[in-house]
Amino acid sequence: MDWTYIFFTVLKAVIMVTIFMSIAGYTVVAERKVASWIQERPGPNRTTLPIILAIPVIGRIVTRLGLIQLPADGGKFLFKEDPFPGHVNKVYFILAPIVALIPALTTMTVLPFGEITRDGVTVPLVLANLDVGMLFILAFSSLGVYGIILAGWASNSKYPFLGGIRASAQVISYELAMGMSLLPVFMWAGGTLNLFDLVEAQSGLLFGCLPKWMIFFQPVSALLFLTALFAETNRLPFDMPESETDLVAGFNTEYGAFKFGLFFVGEYAHVTMGSALFVVLFLGGWSLWPLNIFGLVDYPAGILGAVLSALVFMLKTFCLIFFFLWIRWTLPRFRYDQIMNLGWKRLLPIAIANFVVYAIAMAVYIRFFNQA
Amino acid sequence: MATKVVDRRPLSWAEKTYIPQILSGLRITFRKMFNPVVTLEYPEQRPTIPDNYRGVPTLVKDPHGREKCVSCQLCEFVCPPKAIRITPGSIDEASGNEHIEKAPKDFEINMLRCIYCGLCQEVCPEEAIVLQDIFSANGYTRQEMVYNKKKLYELGGTLPDKHFKWDKKKKASEQAPSH
Repeated sequence: MDWTYIFFTVLKAVIMVTIFMSIAGYTVVAERKVASWIQERPGPNRTTLPIILAIPVIGRIVTRLGLIQLPADGGKFLFKEDPFPGHVNKVYFILAPIVALIPALTTMTVLPFGEITRDGVTVPLVLANLDVGMLFILAFSSLGVYGIILAGWASNSKYPFLGGIRASAQVISYELAMGMSLLPVFMWAGGTLNLFDLVEAQSGLLFGCLPKWMIFFQPVSALLFLTALFAETNRLPFDMPESETDLVAGFNTEYGAFKFGLFFVGEYAHVTMGSALFVVLFLGGWSLWPLNIFGLVDYPAGILGAVLSALVFMLKTFCLIFFFLWIRWTLPRFRYDQIMNLGWKRLLPIAIANFVVYAIAMAVYIRFFNQA
Repeated sequence: MATKVVDRRPLSWAEKTYIPQILSGLRITFRKMFNPVVTLEYPEQRPTIPDNYRGVPTLVKDPHGREKCVSCQLCEFVCPPKAIRITPGSIDEASGNEHIEKAPKDFEINMLRCIYCGLCQEVCPEEAIVLQDIFSANGYTRQEMVYNKKKLYELGGTLPDKHFKWDKKKKASEQAPSH
């Protein structure tokens, strides 16, 4: 293994983390803006610097859109007093926010976000093109809940403790439905667990107009996966770990300053990651619908195609992030027992039934029409 | 009493999945995004204050620039939180208003104590103390929040006065036959 390979791998990883983290950060701002627009408010629109205001028109637009809010918030988290409640185990207390953030950043390594064609060979833009990509993501994203449970346990306080318990119960319940809902998707795609192959399988057109996206073949799976994704990322209406209304702030009640910031970024990193994953699984990744109806089938070779495909992918991801925020300000939250009911008595049976029906249908199709 | 029976149909199959309701909810919130913003951006834009608003109590002068307070101390007496403190003083003999006899030498209102009840305005026989439209009294120290006479007149300004009670009194006393 030569040094240039290592250097470029590290460079790619740093670029990827930087972009991913800034998207996650700006998701926070987007959340506040979308919330304000839905509630007919202007939202954060004052934070600015004199240098930025000096730019004629753009400066004012940037300020009104709250784009300077992110560094201001980050700076605030850095410089605030960092309180420790009494009688906490400091090691676990500090470890918790780190454990909450790391899984979101780890799962990002196997996420393909574009493709590049070099010398006629198309390879994915991805840090690690694992053959078990989806298993890796499921395994690591469920580790995120350990951060929340650890925070609830280490805080030495009743509200975080309740939040931690709820988080563990909720995540375990919805992980089952999530995994079950994904089985037919990968069966349909030919048994691969590689996310790049899955995206490749979704390129092309159905009947000459519709894209061959999984959401059209597997609508039930898509719905189940999306619901479970909301629960896994602790977003409203499944915000049991935090439950502002009954648990103060749930697991992060005792956290302040930068440790709270880490939890916060971790939550939004999970949202970003979840949106990107949904795009890969059900919305065809970077496949170019509806432009490919008009004959634009493939991305051009080289860097241009890579950038274009990554941009298309990001655009789709942003739409899904917006959907996450939009749902938050539309639906009221569930009660704890309603969440358990929905998870175990509705989603899981539907997921199993969906899996069985698709399995039988595919077996019949292959046996009698002899096509794989 | 007429009883209105509310029609409670059993939910249809589609409604039991919640999806149509969620979609209609999403449509409503999406439409809201394009509605005009209703927020008043406070320091630049101010709300319109109604005429009978009870803001900071202030001292006012009449259209001739005469201070209306005669230092009767009724407001000091009535003030429930004891926010007002008046030091009575006499009026300069040469000012032409010497028949009014008294004016406050100092007039202090502690805005940290004031509860904006408006009793001082109600009790004032001279209409000299008025709760106007100022609602954001602030300062860095407690001492700063004790408004003195000068500050109170600055805030109060001049209000139109239809009565000119003391001018009429002066005129009447001049015209009246001496005993």
